[in-house]
Amino acid sequence: MVIGSPALMHAQPRDASADHRHGPDAPDAAMPAQASIKAQVKDFSFYYGQFQAVKNVSMTIREHKVTALIGPSGCGKTTLLRCFNRMHDLYPNTRYAGEIRLLPDGFNIVDRRVNPIEMRMRISMVFQKPNPFPKSIFENVAYGLRLRGVSSRSELAGRVEHALRGAALWEEVKDRLKKPGFDLSGGQQQRLCIARALAVDPEMILFDEPTSALDPIATAKIEELVHELKGRVTILIVTHNMQQAARVSDETAFMYLGELIEMDRTSKIFQNPSKQLTEQYITGHFG
Amino acid sequence: MSQDASNAAGRGSRLARADGSLGARGLLSVMIERGIEFGLLLAALASVAVTLGIVFVLVRESAPFFAHVSLGEFLFGTEWTPLFSDPKYGIGPLLSGTFVTTTIALCVAMPAGTIVAIWLSEYAPHRIREMVKPVLELISAVPTVVFGYFALTVVTPMLQSVLARINVDLPTFNMLGPGIVMGIMIVPYVSSLSEDAMRAVPMLLREGSYALGAGRLTTALRVVFPAALSGIGAAYTLAMSRAVGETMIVAIAAGQKPTLTANPLESAATVTAYIVQVAGGDVPHGSIGYQSIFAAGLALFVVTLGFNLVGAALRRRFRQAY
Ligand SMILES: Nc1ncnc2c1ncn2[C@@H]1O[C@H](COP(=O)(O)OP(=O)(O)OP(=O)(O)O)[C@@H](O)[C@H]1O
Ligand SMILES: [Mg+2]
Repeated sequence: MVIGSPALMHAQPRDASADHRHGPDAPDAAMPAQASIKAQVKDFSFYYGQFQAVKNVSMTIREHKVTALIGPSGCGKTTLLRCFNRMHDLYPNTRYAGEIRLLPDGFNIVDRRVNPIEMRMRISMVFQKPNPFPKSIFENVAYGLRLRGVSSRSELAGRVEHALRGAALWEEVKDRLKKPGFDLSGGQQQRLCIARALAVDPEMILFDEPTSALDPIATAKIEELVHELKGRVTILIVTHNMQQAARVSDETAFMYLGELIEMDRTSKIFQNPSKQLTEQYITGHFG
Repeated sequence: MSQDASNAAGRGSRLARADGSLGARGLLSVMIERGIEFGLLLAALASVAVTLGIVFVLVRESAPFFAHVSLGEFLFGTEWTPLFSDPKYGIGPLLSGTFVTTTIALCVAMPAGTIVAIWLSEYAPHRIREMVKPVLELISAVPTVVFGYFALTVVTPMLQSVLARINVDLPTFNMLGPGIVMGIMIVPYVSSLSEDAMRAVPMLLREGSYALGAGRLTTALRVVFPAALSGIGAAYTLAMSRAVGETMIVAIAAGQKPTLTANPLESAATVTAYIVQVAGGDVPHGSIGYQSIFAAGLALFVVTLGFNLVGAALRRRFRQAY
């Protein structure tokens, strides 16, 4: 965090100008104003013990679009993202309040009565650090499929290949599917984790700074992937890198100290934000 | 060595400069560090020296034995009766006793210990874990003599009444009872080390599994367990060494009759049980019968060493970094 923030400050002016050069406004303008809705967050709060890390957030996640969560370090982006698949359930003393409704069914993800396993079967996640399992490349991708009861060899093989192709990794690993996932480079491991997330045909994928541990080339590959995925999957992505938010997202939500300050089309947020705080953040004149 | 020292000194003075004062403290801390390093080196050397010393004594003391008994008879003889008037010196019966009891013990300790470890590491709430662990460790603090009589007076009679129902006759002295009790005694060794290994698996790996829709058991068995395999392998190896070396339980409850058999229902003697029997008896020092315990000890040492090497190789083969 301490190391991260000077770099962030450094990057911000460049980010903003980069956005002006090739921001996503052109394709955006051509799109219909309303896409259907995948998730509706309403009066949502999250607590670590007594500490309220997400404060009364309401937002709309559009289906088959990329929504970016941005904001300064510690503002609660990761925390909010992890509420969408209830990762916080794994830890004691955490509490959700309010609603995150997944549409079209309309059930509230954070309702205790909702079975988290069933819900996680529909929502995949890619973590900040690549976390391949101590298994072969093939078994890493097959893991989620096996959990869903796929056991036929040919079906597994087909779907694993499809997912690896989808994650732009197939050509690099097709001759060593039996090798441990750990043997891959960092960028390849992250694409392996994306393949793992894709293999189960999720309705939504949650990305938490998926490129923060990667070099620019690996980052570009993953951004390209996110680009290809939209239109088929709803994507929610946390990023520190505003160029990245501008490049990959359709909508951007700016958070500050646990609150959602502003959410709008990405082009609007980066060119003409309505809140002063947002403007200060994206131009790097923060605080 | 001297280069090391100057590096360390350089580090020290840089530190001293960084906080702007106290060069003497920098020097002192370097000296303390060197002292600690030297102490650690001594400790490491001492353990190596002790091991070498043991090997040396075993070899020297068994030399007179092997001058009298051919290696062929020792390795391939089927009877072990060094104290009879017509002595036979085949180590096989003792080794078979050790193998059978160790195998039974491991059949109990490995599954039970692993299940306990999985429960402790993946299921038990923090407070309960902190209560259960010391209680488990208490088991290995019970003197083995007590376990020996437990095997003889509780477990064997229970097994006898169970086996009687299927018309199997279990003698009072047998390998099954003490083997099982030995396994129970070793459970904490397995569970404690395995639990440490599983808890060292990063949370991030578990999250990856849960995020794909896995439950606790699947995550524990298919992700955490394989990730901790090298540590769990170490636990199994230790458990085996412990079982091979265990003396009192088998000496008390397995009978002291060397028999070349793989049948756990028979009575038998293990290598260690034989050693303690002779060492505690009135066999004159220097006789072949007395020297035979060193030969038996040497054989046990070689076998254990072999297993440890195989275990280490297996662990290296399956080592997974995360
Ligand atoms: N396990 C936890 N227990 C208590 N507080 C936490 C925990 N994790 C995070 N927090 C707090 O919650 C707030 C939000 O943290 P979060 O990790 O969501 O921030 P973030 O926006 O993702 O930051 P970054 O950009 O640095 O990743 C911070 O104030 C943080 O200190
Ligand atoms: Mg974060």
